[in-house]
Amino acid sequence: MKNNNTYTISIYSENNVGLLNRISAIFLKRHINIESFSTSLSEIKNVFRFVIVVELEEEKVKKLIQQIEKQVDVIKAYYHTDEETIFQESALFKVKSSSLFEERHIQNVIKDSHANIVVVTPEFFVIEKTGFREETEKLRKDLAPFGLLQFVRSGRISVTKSKMGISDILNTFKKDN
Amino acid sequence: MKTTENKISENPTKGIKISGAEAVIRCLLAEGVDLIYGYPGGAIMPIYDELYKFQEELQHVLTRHEQGATHAAQGFARTSGKVGVAMATSGPGATNLVTGIADAQIDSTPMVCITGQVGSHLLGSDAFQETDIIGISTPVTKWNCQITKASEIPSVMAKAFYIARSGRPGPVLIDITKDAQFDTFDFSYEKCTGIRSYKPVPEIDPAAIAEAAEAINNAKKPFIIWGQGVILGNAEQEFKDFVEKSGIPAAWTILGLSALPTAHPLNVGMVGMHGNYGPNMLTNECDLLIAIGMRFDDRVTGDLSTYAKQAKVIHFEIDPSEINKNVKADIPVMGSCKDSLATILSLIRKNTHEKWISRFDDFMKIEVEKVIDKDLNPTKEGLTMGEAIMAINKHTKGDAVIVTDVGQHQMVACRYAEFVRSKSNVTSGGLGTMGFALPAALGAKMGAPEREVVAVIGDGGYQMTIQELGTIFQTQTAVKIVVLNNDFLGMVRQWQQLFFEKRYASTEMVNPNFVAIAKGYNLEAKKVDKREDLDAAVAEMIASEKPYFLEICVEKEANVFPMIPTGASVSEIRLN
Ligand SMILES: Cc1ncc(C[n+]2csc(CCOP(=O)(O)OP(=O)(O)O)c2C)c(N)n1
Repeated sequence: MKNNNTYTISIYSENNVGLLNRISAIFLKRHINIESFSTSLSEIKNVFRFVIVVELEEEKVKKLIQQIEKQVDVIKAYYHTDEETIFQESALFKVKSSSLFEERHIQNVIKDSHANIVVVTPEFFVIEKTGFREETEKLRKDLAPFGLLQFVRSGRISVTKSKMGISDILNTFKKDN
Repeated sequence: MKTTENKISENPTKGIKISGAEAVIRCLLAEGVDLIYGYPGGAIMPIYDELYKFQEELQHVLTRHEQGATHAAQGFARTSGKVGVAMATSGPGATNLVTGIADAQIDSTPMVCITGQVGSHLLGSDAFQETDIIGISTPVTKWNCQITKASEIPSVMAKAFYIARSGRPGPVLIDITKDAQFDTFDFSYEKCTGIRSYKPVPEIDPAAIAEAAEAINNAKKPFIIWGQGVILGNAEQEFKDFVEKSGIPAAWTILGLSALPTAHPLNVGMVGMHGNYGPNMLTNECDLLIAIGMRFDDRVTGDLSTYAKQAKVIHFEIDPSEINKNVKADIPVMGSCKDSLATILSLIRKNTHEKWISRFDDFMKIEVEKVIDKDLNPTKEGLTMGEAIMAINKHTKGDAVIVTDVGQHQMVACRYAEFVRSKSNVTSGGLGTMGFALPAALGAKMGAPEREVVAVIGDGGYQMTIQELGTIFQTQTAVKIVVLNNDFLGMVRQWQQLFFEKRYASTEMVNPNFVAIAKGYNLEAKKVDKREDLDAAVAEMIASEKPYFLEICVEKEANVFPMIPTGASVSEIRLN
């Protein structure tokens, strides 16, 4: 566990069935734990983006990136430190509606955390909070005494401060062919 | 000239409505495939039905086990330089391919495997013979893909062949549901010429070439280690020119063997666990290590923390993920070594390194005295594996394709077999798959029918795929099969002797009558156990124009030396 650091791996890829399996197999083969994982469309049409967070030595992340990029359906993979990215996570909290009305303090908790109430029904209400891990974590602790019916947090999503240049890579391909 | 209606296959790109199964055959023909290995079953029957119709254009070899089909396809690919093709049904047929696929992946062998799959409406229902072969094969394939619609067949097949053979080659698996084999569609075929997310060959960086050339020109004690990349890249001539102009001593990994003739004055032997004394010792003395198309496998490097620490490292490599993976490259030279070696040639000075090369000679003298002489001129009664290999060298004039299995015989064969031509050494290197040799020899002979192919196999590994004698007999493929019988799983026994105080746990075998088995398969067969009979027996085997089996009984408890114990440094290599 020497010199482990948090790294965000960004993968731009084709949207092919099976690619997720192929990428997770690379982590599995090296016995590397994935801290957080998310996937979505990217800024480029028909190009998908994976955002994976790992706690590793930099040497190992470099090798991981090389193995990921080697996959036929991967266009490009990068790794970045927290300082090089802007990143957020979202969390949803489902709480009994009665707490909202009966416990005045909960309203302060919500207000202080800059969370949003997204749904209110007679039985429950749902709070959404997007931010850093410490913020969603603090809110979870603060809401716990009121009885959390459900809690879920998304994987990290992140964009880099520097340019990614995926379109350039795809354009070179067009030129070559 | 064929006059059958199948002749339309000569224009396979014409749009016509055909079944998915027929499309598979037409795709294979369009890729220049005329030989495949496989085994039928329920989920791939529509394709087999088409094979029946196309048997004049496309030969299908029925192996006796699907693993045999993959190894035969590998052997074929290794001697022919083409893509090997193996086919199997779903479920157990598909899972039986996995060992060969993993072997092809780690040894970078171009192979396309086609499996049948249950109907798409049954996927995920645990149907009869349904298995998730895509999931299972993902970590051991370069690429894989499941096809559920007939119309996807041409583009996926085109991609499969392109991926299998381009860049660093590897195995690809295509899984085709039964309904996709039956459905009809408008067929047209276009070869794949590029995939936007895949760059098979990195561009050459002239700055890296220049930097490498300077390091080479300034080196006092440079040393080349080459691997299979030279063979896969068809770079034998460029490599030879580079070695000769630079005058640098060159050693090989077992998969690089035969790219440069054995007798070449600058060929100093093998590196690695059972490699030669000089190349291993001097790895830790050279000032410049030039790695060409090799990947610093742990069987080559031993302990990494003491590996060539004194040397600057140049790494010629096509696969970016190999750079700095095991050994840090001071000067990575990316690209196909055929191009980069051709480019660097004009930048390097003609040189000879006589004094440095004499160091290899000095170590060779010691190795001859302590190891080689005992192997080749034994005073003991029992035959040695080395003697058997020397007899094969003699009667094939060092110009055979030698196919080996895994174990002591493999190391001995690689150490002593002589080669004058490339693509002549076929062995399972990275995976070390026992059972590889017999089916691989069948494929190797079919891939290079004009050549003498000799399989050298241990009595253990032979029995893992012995049933392929049936395939060899049925196809009358004239491979020469030599079993070096020591009645032990020799290599494991050697480790037990050296590292487990001779506790021979489950390594001794009571063997069957191998000659009778071969004869049962209607093959010519013979056994020798005396020195005076060896030469004549090998001569008779080589002279035969048919498949031939020769059992050579060898010393039971002989060991292979030199040896670098696992985890030790290359310079801690043992001579006894
Ligand atoms: C499929 C497989 N199982 C187990 C091994 C481990 N193994 C490596 S060498 C060896 C012994 C091989 O014995 P044999 O085929 O008789 O050859 P020899 O070493 O005696 O030449 C074994 C069991 C292997 N390489 N492959």
